[in-house]
Amino acid sequence: MDLFRLKAHELHEKLIRREISAVEITRSVLQRADKAETLVHSFITRTQESALERAGAVDAKIAQGAEVSPLAGIPGALKDNMCTKGIKTTCASKILADFVPPYDATVTLKLAATDAVIVGKANMDEFAMGSSTENSGFFVTRNPWDTDRVPGGSSGGSGAAVAAGEAVWSLGSDTGGSIRLPAAYCGVVGMKPTYGRVSRYGLVAYASSLDQIGPFARDVRDCATVLEAISGYDRRDSTSIDVQVPQYTKNLAAGVKGLKVGLPREYFVSGMQPEVEAAIRASIDELVKQGAELTEVSMPHTEYALATYYLIATAEASSNLGRYDGVGFGHRGEGSDIISMYKRSRTEGFGEEVRRRIMLGTYSLSSGYYDAYYLKALKVRRLIQQDFDRAFEKVDVLIAPTAPTTAFKVGEKVDDPLAMYLMDVCAVPVNLAGVPALSLPCGFADGLPVGMQIIGPHLSEERILQTGFAFEQTHDYHKMMAPLQEVG
Amino acid sequence: MQYGKVIGLEVHTELKTASKIFCGCTTEFGGEQNTHVCPVCLGLPGVLPVLNEKVLEFAVRTGLALNCKIAPYSKFDRKNYYYPDLPKNFQTSQYDLPICVGGYLDIEVNGETKRIGITRVHMEEDAGKLVHAGTISNSEYALVDYNRTGVPLLEIVSEPDIRTPEEAKAYLEKIKSILSYIDVSDCKMEEGSLRCDANISLRPLGQEKFGTKAEVKNVNSFKAVQRALEYEVERQTEILSEGGRIIQETRSWDDSRGITLSMRNKEQAEDYRYFPEPDLVPIVVDPVWVETICNNLPELPDARKKRIMTECGLSAYDAEVITATRAMADYYDEIVKAGAEAKIAANWLMGDVSKHLNSCVMDIRFCPVSPVNLAEMISLIEKGTISGKIAKSVFESMWNEGKTAGEIVKEQGLVQMSDAGELDGIVAAVMAANPQSVADFNAGKDRAIGFLVGQIMKQTKGRANPELVNRILKDKLTGK
Repeated sequence: MDLFRLKAHELHEKLIRREISAVEITRSVLQRADKAETLVHSFITRTQESALERAGAVDAKIAQGAEVSPLAGIPGALKDNMCTKGIKTTCASKILADFVPPYDATVTLKLAATDAVIVGKANMDEFAMGSSTENSGFFVTRNPWDTDRVPGGSSGGSGAAVAAGEAVWSLGSDTGGSIRLPAAYCGVVGMKPTYGRVSRYGLVAYASSLDQIGPFARDVRDCATVLEAISGYDRRDSTSIDVQVPQYTKNLAAGVKGLKVGLPREYFVSGMQPEVEAAIRASIDELVKQGAELTEVSMPHTEYALATYYLIATAEASSNLGRYDGVGFGHRGEGSDIISMYKRSRTEGFGEEVRRRIMLGTYSLSSGYYDAYYLKALKVRRLIQQDFDRAFEKVDVLIAPTAPTTAFKVGEKVDDPLAMYLMDVCAVPVNLAGVPALSLPCGFADGLPVGMQIIGPHLSEERILQTGFAFEQTHDYHKMMAPLQEVG
Repeated sequence: MQYGKVIGLEVHTELKTASKIFCGCTTEFGGEQNTHVCPVCLGLPGVLPVLNEKVLEFAVRTGLALNCKIAPYSKFDRKNYYYPDLPKNFQTSQYDLPICVGGYLDIEVNGETKRIGITRVHMEEDAGKLVHAGTISNSEYALVDYNRTGVPLLEIVSEPDIRTPEEAKAYLEKIKSILSYIDVSDCKMEEGSLRCDANISLRPLGQEKFGTKAEVKNVNSFKAVQRALEYEVERQTEILSEGGRIIQETRSWDDSRGITLSMRNKEQAEDYRYFPEPDLVPIVVDPVWVETICNNLPELPDARKKRIMTECGLSAYDAEVITATRAMADYYDEIVKAGAEAKIAANWLMGDVSKHLNSCVMDIRFCPVSPVNLAEMISLIEKGTISGKIAKSVFESMWNEGKTAGEIVKEQGLVQMSDAGELDGIVAAVMAANPQSVADFNAGKDRAIGFLVGQIMKQTKGRANPELVNRILKDKLTGK
């Protein structure tokens, strides 16, 4: 049996029934990755040894009759912008190529507490800036469904690893769609939780007011399990929310009878791939059949979201990335004095897209431009938040495409940053509003997965997951894995 | 032409909280380089700040002591600039919504009271320390010590209400006094826990509009502030008198040469790209909490001075000296509370006690003579048990041996001789032994009496009550 093909909850059942061991599961996933990596390239760092060690420890616990958590012994991956003590954390940037954090991110610690197995650190767009993982400072990750195509970004490695069976689950971070877009392109489930639901401590910052860590999994139940494990208030993150975490897995089957579903008119943009729209509409029909009530809603400020996002995110990034100067850690370029050293370190260490965003952000915060750009963006952000507030007065959840198209070809948009930015048009309003959203597979277009997005009000993760779960019962998309014929 | 001076001061003071502003590291001064650090204050990738609530409390306490309004809604901002002592290359500070606004303090210069406005007080983090190999301009490398990085600072900004370098010094002394009274800062300039930048401009006398200002940085003592400002007055006066124009610029004080040097002008001024700190939530203070802090404020220097003047009848000068630090004023209050006569107590405190403290550079809190013991000694003087002169040696013994005045007087037999009968005999004997002096006195040489008193004191080892001796001697000499 190919254990790597199973979901976490299936593996957990077999584990506690002692049909299989955690070491067997981990070996299966590691061997799958050995093969898949030659084509997909999901990982920057693989941690086979410590993975097997942890798996062995879980087996010992089970042998002693101890009760284990649902993630115990289940192999997963972390995006390489989450700090792991003693293990390189590069953000896919040359500037941090050799950075080994002396501390663990809160999510790393929380996962360790569940005895989850970590098989590696996943590739990404450098500093999470990008929508295709082509901006990685090291190499490009390929879409397991079609290796000529991108896996989406920025958490492309995390999405591809789960789709390719190189990990059963993974964590990504979502600043402007960076979990949901790869989830959609790779045909897996991905969730961006409410801003503040998951601690950001130890997540290398891109845009602090938008960044949020979330799970990837192959079905909604696994997604709920991982989310439950990583959520919760953290005194180390002042922006984390001090509200009890529900048991997301407990009432997944609550159904959608009477659920008010809103279709935001503005998200069905012109230029949308017709097959994508068709898949979404068909999925909505399925929900209606199960008793959901449909309403069309308007989110009038949606068209300003992308511009707003690129002003706020780049402004924060220009400041967050100031620390990579070659002084205390990271790559240091040669220079005759401090200024030339700064310049060489940053020019050599940062890739083109990162430099572009630092410059954009520096510009919009500069005196004389601040009011016209950054401050105005903050005001528009408020309007976008109000769009959501108003919509959620009328409906329980919103459903929209995750992205206007399926995965595009590697290289297709690298010279056209604006076309690349457009891939996030349906995703960024959610980050600006700080609300949670789930992307899950809802069909195929020309053999490529299509993602549907379920958006809810603040802290409505449970409702969203229930909706996703109800939809999942109507199809088999989540049971399909990327063929990866070449590796078998 | 005559010019008037317009001065405003920015004071940075390190708060004496146990831990840093955004992490749990100690704020202790010194320590081996880079040992008081953690991922947060080192600005490592992924870390987040968490505000130390004690810092907020200290800021509010300071604001209240400086008569400021406490902002109900305040926030932190990032001040972005590149410098190797700043690990994140931004300083977390407060920009447009500081925690305290619109206060004042009163200073006294040449016997006149003047009110200086306080524009704002805000919280921020300190930077690290650069150690250059050689001088700053020719060193091959510099090392960074991050121990100080993240130590909490308050920046106190005055209105441009200060008119002379002397007023500037008085303002700083008052700030230091208040901060030490409310126990938020050690204000040790030598450890960098109190630092000052000065803005100064000149304008023709009678002109309302301010002239172009220069900002002087790197001024590290009160004396230096006064000197730097005096130098700037001279420099700017010279430029203006020759018909020149002052450039708006930042200048650095060179203490050894006693001059200011241009650092950067307005065109070269850095754009700090301030924006709200997204990793910290806005500060919303509870008015009840502020009220509690307000009610628990100690008596401040001005109020204390006034009280001591009225209650103890001290002069303004004496009251000023005694209330300069809270510890000194506390010590004084305790002597008086223990029953000592207020004026004698003040004289002893400003005299022998201060002299002894100064000679061993000791804080009054560690004074080996307790206020209660000093009060006992003073009461012995009042009762006539010992003379003022003997008291000096008694105090010496108290300081060195830690005994009470009563014990020392008893052990050394220093009780004053106030028995007229006993003294009568001694006076008679001394007169008999010095007929020449008696004759001199009778011949009108009043000075002779001094010699005779000296002999009597010598005989009694200084224990004779001097007033009584004088009376008996005069009576005998004049044949009464």
